Amino acid sequence: MAAPQSFLWSRRIFLTLLTVFVLLPVYVMVSSSLKPLQDVSGKFQWLPTDLTVRPYFDIWETVPLADYFINSLIVAGAATVCSVTIAVFAAYAVSRYNFRGKRVFTVTVLSTQMFPGILFLLPLFLIYVNIGNATGIALFGSRGGLILTYLTFSLPFSIWMLIGYFDSVPKDLDEAAKVDGCGPLGALFRVVVPAAIPGIVAVAVYAFMTAWGEVLFASVMTNDTTRTLAVGLQGYSTQNDVYWNQIMAASLVVSLPVVAGFLLLQRYLVTGLTAGAVK
Amino acid sequence: MTTTAVKERTAPKQAPGAAPRKRRSGRLRRVSLPYLLLLPALLLELLVHLVPMVIGIVVSFKELTQFYIRDWGTAPWAGLDNYRISVDFDAPVGEALLKSFFTTCLFTVLSVGLCWLLGAAAAIYLQESFRGRGLLRAIFLVPYALPVYAAVITWAFMFQRDNGLVNHVIHDQLGLTDSPPFWLIGDNSFFTLLVVSVWKGWPFAFLIIMAGLQNIPREMYEAAALDGAGVWQQIRRITMPSLRPVNQVLVLVLFLWTFNDFNTPFVLFGRAAPEAADLISLHIYQSSFQTWNFGTGSAMSVLLLLFLLLVTGVYLVLTSRGRKADA
Repeated sequence: MAAPQSFLWSRRIFLTLLTVFVLLPVYVMVSSSLKPLQDVSGKFQWLPTDLTVRPYFDIWETVPLADYFINSLIVAGAATVCSVTIAVFAAYAVSRYNFRGKRVFTVTVLSTQMFPGILFLLPLFLIYVNIGNATGIALFGSRGGLILTYLTFSLPFSIWMLIGYFDSVPKDLDEAAKVDGCGPLGALFRVVVPAAIPGIVAVAVYAFMTAWGEVLFASVMTNDTTRTLAVGLQGYSTQNDVYWNQIMAASLVVSLPVVAGFLLLQRYLVTGLTAGAVK
Repeated sequence: MTTTAVKERTAPKQAPGAAPRKRRSGRLRRVSLPYLLLLPALLLELLVHLVPMVIGIVVSFKELTQFYIRDWGTAPWAGLDNYRISVDFDAPVGEALLKSFFTTCLFTVLSVGLCWLLGAAAAIYLQESFRGRGLLRAIFLVPYALPVYAAVITWAFMFQRDNGLVNHVIHDQLGLTDSPPFWLIGDNSFFTLLVVSVWKGWPFAFLIIMAGLQNIPREMYEAAALDGAGVWQQIRRITMPSLRPVNQVLVLVLFLWTFNDFNTPFVLFGRAAPEAADLISLHIYQSSFQTWNFGTGSAMSVLLLLFLLLVTGVYLVLTSRGRKADA
């Protein structure tokens, strides 16, 4: 059916404006990262007059960005692996078995998502300090503590999404596997997990993104050696200068891994949200 | 259903004598298996959610200041004092909390509304396939994919008074103002926060509504077109009503996220937000970690949670009643 001109024109105008709005910061990020310091300190210029790639080299010197990068990778990676693994078992149980307390469990998991992060910040802080005092295990300021903390966001979400994915894998498949001699775990790993791989990947990407972008806990619960990118980026502002060109270059560098991963896998994420949220 | 079939098929293979015992242990395994699978998740949920929540509630009844942090169990009980301080709207602490609460409410309503509007419009405009649709879809998801601190810090740069893009355009290029305005302090900061929050949040609405649109059968549009309904009428009569259940979930999730958002104001303004943009999460953080008054901070957190529970409960009841009335 041919859409009327009014629709086509409104579509053109709206989508153009929206694209400008969305891409404006991206343009500022890219163009400013290619300017020398004096050009980002003065009046804003739409086009760089002195094109330079120096900021991309300087970012590693001004702050130990590589260390922060490694910390972020370890913390986000470990949080992702842990939450996805644990969520696979839990979601399988919820999707495939009827048991007492199933409703309570799913409702609890769902409702923890609505709690403000700030609610957990103080108590987790106190718990980590206490555990540190009692056992000498320094959770506060350590990567381990941060990983554990990040499970607060990623685990409920992973469980919730994976239940949706596992439900969409026909039960006959793993029943057939059991008839063929697989145990329940065999059925899980040989049938359900392979069939739900896109979903698992999407959940993993999401969990990684959340941990990679988290600011609140990272700023309270890290120290000099465990600082993540979220906090480390603040290091480009000194008392005398704000190295905006380097901040922009560093922002771009830390964004690339997640944006690339996200755009590659967004199709799966859309399917996952349909299965999880829309139902 | 299918499990019984499997049981019947495997049962005759067992030796008569061994059958009862094996069956009992089999049943035990079957009953406990889901719990075993859940065990790691349960333990972690307990550790990272339930225990902290209980501690948070306990602490809200304690007088927990910096002197007791190393051993918070010994902090003296405060009874309801922390709550009294939080809701005493004539005193500075309560007054600031109330103001921050109203700011957050207004901010959330505006932000969720705009996010929904942009997300719905974009999703509907992209529903029909046309050249460049895939590219636009990818572009629109960029704000969602970018790490908060990288994206928001770029906005902070754009809103700088002297070297930012925004003032360059409206002051230098368009000459709309006599002097370049401040965006990150003062009353303008509310507007700044809103722009950034909408930029960051609308792609989620777009994603969800796009997913919801896929579930609307094409035949409905075709039938409506045969009856002479134009595009705009189809959007009003078919798309919008079909999206209702999706919208109900979406608005709730957007509301909770926006209301609880900490990252955006924190990266935009630093530890202390200007009064006009003092969102509740940052306000509680500020009250707790700057003044080291954890008791009051916890009481505020609990009050916030109670408020969110109340709103969510009322919302769920209202929307489910609407759904029942439809049926």
